[in-house]
Amino acid sequence: MKKTFAALVAAAITATALPASADLVVPNLSYRTGPFAAGGIPYADGFNDYFTLLNERDGGIGGEKVVVPECETAYNTEKGVECYESTKGMGALAYNPLSTGITYQLIPKMAADGITLYTPGYGRTSAANGKVFEWVFNYPANYWDGASVAVKYLLDQSGGSLEGKKISLLYHNSAYGKEPIRTLEELAKKHGFKLTTLPIDSPGQEQKSQWLQVRRDKPDYVLFWGWGVMNQVAIQEAANIKFPMDHFIGIWWSGSENDVKPAGAGANGYKALTMHGVGTDYPIYADLKKYVYDPGKASGPAEAEGSVIYSRGMYAAVVIAEAIRKAQELAGHANVNAAEVRNGFEALEITDARMAELGLPNFGQPFAATCADHGGPGGAMIQQWDAAAGKWTLVTDFIAPDKDVLDPLIAADSEAYAKEAGLTERCK
Amino acid sequence: MFYREAGDFKTSYREDNQTFPIRFDRMGFYVALAVAYVVIPLVIDDYWANAVFVPFLIYAIAAIGLNILVGYAGQVSLGTGGFMAVGAYAVYKLMTAFPDVPIFIHVLLAGGITAAVGVLFGLPSLRIKGFYLAVATLAAQFFLVWLFNKVPWFYNYSASGQITAPDRSMFGVFVTGAQTSATAKYMFCLILLTLVALVARNLTRGTIGRKWMAIRDMDIAAEIIGVNPLTTKITAFAVSSFFIGIAGALFFSVYLGAAEVGEAFGINKSFLILFMVIIGGLGSIFGSFAGAAFLVLLPVLLKNVLVGGLGWPTDLAAHIELMIVGGLIIVFLIAEPHGLAQLWRVAKEKLRLWPFPH
Repeated sequence: MKKTFAALVAAAITATALPASADLVVPNLSYRTGPFAAGGIPYADGFNDYFTLLNERDGGIGGEKVVVPECETAYNTEKGVECYESTKGMGALAYNPLSTGITYQLIPKMAADGITLYTPGYGRTSAANGKVFEWVFNYPANYWDGASVAVKYLLDQSGGSLEGKKISLLYHNSAYGKEPIRTLEELAKKHGFKLTTLPIDSPGQEQKSQWLQVRRDKPDYVLFWGWGVMNQVAIQEAANIKFPMDHFIGIWWSGSENDVKPAGAGANGYKALTMHGVGTDYPIYADLKKYVYDPGKASGPAEAEGSVIYSRGMYAAVVIAEAIRKAQELAGHANVNAAEVRNGFEALEITDARMAELGLPNFGQPFAATCADHGGPGGAMIQQWDAAAGKWTLVTDFIAPDKDVLDPLIAADSEAYAKEAGLTERCK
Repeated sequence: MFYREAGDFKTSYREDNQTFPIRFDRMGFYVALAVAYVVIPLVIDDYWANAVFVPFLIYAIAAIGLNILVGYAGQVSLGTGGFMAVGAYAVYKLMTAFPDVPIFIHVLLAGGITAAVGVLFGLPSLRIKGFYLAVATLAAQFFLVWLFNKVPWFYNYSASGQITAPDRSMFGVFVTGAQTSATAKYMFCLILLTLVALVARNLTRGTIGRKWMAIRDMDIAAEIIGVNPLTTKITAFAVSSFFIGIAGALFFSVYLGAAEVGEAFGINKSFLILFMVIIGGLGSIFGSFAGAAFLVLLPVLLKNVLVGGLGWPTDLAAHIELMIVGGLIIVFLIAEPHGLAQLWRVAKEKLRLWPFPH
């Protein structure tokens, strides 16, 4: 039994031996199944569609076609590792796994293999310190930026002081949800508010007890770090206990159309952070329509186009494509390797003018990476859900995070990692 | 024809009681060992190690551990994930607290700590049985996961609650951490699996194993003939948890490299390993291997065939894969309720008579 099985496995693997190609390979570790698929599907589609556009319109990047092999992780770290191992041999240039758990797995592995890990808006926050994390980039914003921006916005809302206020953090009980706690604790000390943390176990379909606690504590504001099916449940529960929705603020992963629509009118006024623009009003969508959607090459259904998470997947693809372009410029040839792409990421500068050229004017904030700074400016905007109109409206411009609080925290956490992993600082 | 006892004369009790009484089996076993120890390390690459062999070896250790408890001693346990977490966190604390001690010792110590915890949660088995015990071990599962999430000391106060395995080496070769070669990972797990399987095989056919089986088959009768239920049940929990702790320690330190308790050691893990034991065959060491191979290799195989071979979309392939694995589990359990090990036994019986079955 076992022997025949092993023979079958061997036969199947040899039959499906991975093709070696000279193209630019950017694997898409996506999740279209499981409790987090509601976020995973539009993200993967946005990511794929942008590279399809580059291939169809420009013939790739610098004349080299981009291949985007997809691998299903189901937001599961074991499958994520399998996906990484199965795609890295194809000459992968950069990874964007859209999972903080998988990111933690990959940080040491990818540094050893010499491949770039790009984690925009998620992953290990202290990777913003390029002195320690040579192969990881998380610009334009990370979780600690998000936490700080949310608190700054709340300061603004409550007339400049949060003294004596109560803020609850409702979070996914995982590396992802725990990320902001340290920052919020520091900010609580600085601004004198009282922080309560309420963990919700994955996948988060059951939140009755946490919301009961919210009802009892009566916090002034609730901050929310949720993902996948957990978002819809939380917004529904908040509506059920009649929590004032405009005092309920989600991180950027908890602010998509999929999250608020199930609660109907009850979700009206819910706020979430965002680090980029949303909607199909950008010139790039004319090209996408012409080269990708109309010829039937779109990766997903038409409804998702221009949605929050789709836009974010596209944004990640834009940054990776720009980094590859930069790498080609630095290396002087089009067929760049993983090490050259890392240099491209480190030398990347995205200006407002460049975003406009790409057909995405005012879509994201400008940033420039350096050897030491892999984290970008970290600004984010607040958007609010209008249930009647069925769309998100921006209520603020980009708010800059409180770098005075964040920088020492990032330095401390990355130093701890450097010590654990026996690394010496670069960029001297 | 060639698969039979005839002509293979045994001249001592020792030879008569060996694990593989048939020469052909014995040869097969030595060939399998030689392939595992000599051939595979030469050809293994990162993909084969991380996607196929290392998880298979580690799950096989866990399945042997659980099989001792469920299959041999008849104590149903749903706490496997929690006990693996104990092994993982124990090895993490040991690795970071005593960096100079060899990792091999740490893994064994982690197994020992898990054994102590297992004994603690095994105490209720003296009073409760069957489904009620399953619920008590389920409580252990949830309590342990909650504990490792709640108390920051266990994860050394890291910001995200993740534990990350530092680089550790044995004889100058990295065994944990990112620089570990595929061969080193594979060999380290293989050596531990071989040890565990040998110990398990010899325990289960000796006095202790017979006591476990007596308790499993009818506890009152066993007690009457002089089997002490206290020591018997407690040793079953201790040995089983020891192996599961080793599996958990390897799972975190060698295979994943970083882990988060709720995700890596949740209730799903308990069920997965219980399924391995049931599909492989209760009360069989071979069954533990077969079950682990079935549930680790089949999804990878299906994924490679459906996505790599046939070019299907990844989401469709993932759903079909769940259906095929689920369907096969049902088919197997209807066709052979005693698991793959029983199929293997029947095949061997047939092979003995072949080619003249009458």
